[in-house]
Amino acid sequence: MPARAAKIGEITDIAILEQAIRFFSFQDPTLRFAVAGAAMMGIACGVLGTFLVVRRLALVGDTLSHAVLPGVAAGFLWGQTKNPVAIFVGAVVAGLAGTMVATAIRRTTRLKEDTALGLVLAGFYAVGICLVTMIQRLPTGNKSGIDKFLFGQAAAISAGDLKLMSAVTVLVLVVVVVFYKELLVTSFDPAFARATGFPVRLIQDGLMLLLAFAVVGALQAVGVVLVSAMLITPAAAAYLLTDRLRRMLLIASTIGCGTGIVGCFLSFLGNSLPTGPIMVLVASVVFAGAFLFAPRHGLVVRWVKARARHRRVGRENTLKALYHVLESRAFARDGVTLKELALRRRETLDDADRQAKALVRHGLAVVEDDGQLLRLTSEGKKRAAELVRNHRLWELYLTHAARYAADHVHDDAEKIEHVLGEDVVWELERRLNYADTDPHGKRIPTLAEGQARTGRAVEGVPPPEGGVP
Amino acid sequence: MTDWIPAFDPHRVFVEPWTVNVSLKLWIVVMGFLVLTTCGWVGQYLILRRMALMGDAISHSILPGLAGSFLIGAWWAGNGSASGEGGARGSVPMFLGALVAAVITTVLIEWIHRRSRVKQDAAMGTVFSALFALGVVLITVFADHVDLDADCVLHGEIGFVPFEDYFKVGGREWMPVPVARMLVVSLLTAAWIGMFYKELLVSSFDPGLATSLGISAQRVHFLLMAWLAVVIVSAFESVGAILVVAALIVPGATATLLSSNLPRIFLWITLHAAVSALAGLHLAVWLDCSIAGAMVVAGCALFVLAWAASSWSQWRARRLMATGAPPEPEERTLTAPPTPSSPGRSAA
Repeated sequence: MPARAAKIGEITDIAILEQAIRFFSFQDPTLRFAVAGAAMMGIACGVLGTFLVVRRLALVGDTLSHAVLPGVAAGFLWGQTKNPVAIFVGAVVAGLAGTMVATAIRRTTRLKEDTALGLVLAGFYAVGICLVTMIQRLPTGNKSGIDKFLFGQAAAISAGDLKLMSAVTVLVLVVVVVFYKELLVTSFDPAFARATGFPVRLIQDGLMLLLAFAVVGALQAVGVVLVSAMLITPAAAAYLLTDRLRRMLLIASTIGCGTGIVGCFLSFLGNSLPTGPIMVLVASVVFAGAFLFAPRHGLVVRWVKARARHRRVGRENTLKALYHVLESRAFARDGVTLKELALRRRETLDDADRQAKALVRHGLAVVEDDGQLLRLTSEGKKRAAELVRNHRLWELYLTHAARYAADHVHDDAEKIEHVLGEDVVWELERRLNYADTDPHGKRIPTLAEGQARTGRAVEGVPPPEGGVP
Repeated sequence: MTDWIPAFDPHRVFVEPWTVNVSLKLWIVVMGFLVLTTCGWVGQYLILRRMALMGDAISHSILPGLAGSFLIGAWWAGNGSASGEGGARGSVPMFLGALVAAVITTVLIEWIHRRSRVKQDAAMGTVFSALFALGVVLITVFADHVDLDADCVLHGEIGFVPFEDYFKVGGREWMPVPVARMLVVSLLTAAWIGMFYKELLVSSFDPGLATSLGISAQRVHFLLMAWLAVVIVSAFESVGAILVVAALIVPGATATLLSSNLPRIFLWITLHAAVSALAGLHLAVWLDCSIAGAMVVAGCALFVLAWAASSWSQWRARRLMATGAPPEPEERTLTAPPTPSSPGRSAA
């Protein structure tokens, strides 16, 4: 096995270089057609897929792409050959008939949308398969092209196909540019659109018509089964990358276009690799990248942020515990031993040690006495006083303004203390009339107080803002 | 133009199948019936849970699992003779591969639509098409190790199922091996539904109640998906990846239009499967086309009949109401409540 694999590797190594040169020189007319067709379909599918994804119609696209098969076969029979126009017309009619039947099933029976879509998808496809097998046993006619529609073959794209594809792409782009406002409104707020007099149904039907065009155009490149992936995957990736529709359209069509070209390239390199599946795989890799690393919605980014937040909350809770220890002895001594901290939080000494180190790392405290005594820095004191103030102010606010019982307010305050901003605190203090005692009878610290009691001057801290109007 | 539809010759269509090579036709019909009815039973739960398209997703995405199991089988058999029995085409690794792929699909879909803003439909479309594409690439690249043909995967063909090897007990030939395998799967499915009838019922109709009864909706969901994978794999060689969706949905959809009582629906599904298998065979003989496709087309025709019948009875009931005649009793609705039954929702 290994010996054989190595041999294949050597051969393909040379071939890859040659093929790459051939690819980028664009000498081959077949190749030119394939790349141009794939790129254009990528654009058209990306644009339409964006609307499918934001309208949650992804599976309608899937259904439509399967439902065109009988139309393709009928168009094939009609022309007795691979006549692009006949196939195009047949496929568009079949696709639209499919969406109409699905709507009719949903409206007139109690079957739900998913079942209706599945019925149309499978039923139309079955009719298509019957027709395809009938064509395949026909003695006459060019039957070699029909199976290309199942998985697609970019290399089979002819000049006629290319004309059709460019017409479809231009049409899609023009319609989207001209009716951008209508599409935007009906996609995101159909009720508002209806109320303001937009023809919502008409726009939806128009979108389906365009979709049928694009699906049929893309059939050549990726095939019946995987067209839906070219619609959904780039758009879903774009959905993770931006929050604006305009930008999403741009990104989705760029991904679609790039995917088409890269897919063509890879399948050209591998010679035997089918173009459609390779394109879909490339698009899926892009989606996976967006899913993990998108700047705002990416999983990794969000995980990192959540971890940072979690750690900050942990540190702040330690600070608060230290403040409570200090408060319990009326700020008599400055340092807190690890044991006191552990006792306060009912945790082990190891935990206390870890928490102390986290504080030290962030410059909120210093350890003395062989790591046993913890002393807050001025920054730490300020932050601890702020947190306790936030907590108690919020408790007071809940009991006063929201009429909570005094024993119900702690948990809520425990969460909000970490996120209250300065402006909110000012507003709270103003509304509570600068009260200085929380519902449990404890003092609400002001910043000045926290610093004065420990008797240390603080550099760089703005004058106390808490208690002063 | 006209020569592609063969003339309708009653003798050829109806008599010949049952006079020439009868046993093959018989086993085709039996196989078709078993596939359709087994898929139909499991599919009914998909319909109830509004997850009909999960069948589509899983049937596509088990392909890399199948290809992977072939590859592992080939690797395991080593360089030695690629004998037919050498694990490569064994059904156990195939089932395992498909199960793994199905579970991965389910987990990935859940993961994507829970952990990101991508909605469930788009998550489903992305995951299954990516896995399907991977499967097709595996099949083409490792064509000499993977005993699967890309076209066959798409439509399958019940006529190509090897019915020659018979399953023998005590020297007597009982039935062809594929039919025996499918029969075992059918019986297991029936037993499985019988065993978990209550759990499936409750969690399909009222996930909240199911949770309060201590039935984990999540666990039932995964159980259903795993069993779905088993059924799809066993139906694969007969109907392929896409027609199996029809086998899953069409019987149940037809039966749902005819009854609102779950046990009766299962009876209708069985009947529907039998009729469409038989009618499909004759249709295929007439048109000389894919038998699996023809069986599905026949099933769809039955659905259209049921649709027409239910529409007509609705229309009649409405007219009776309008003319002041006593209204017919309201049909009980047999669909799960809208929001909580979406597959993504867990017991939480």
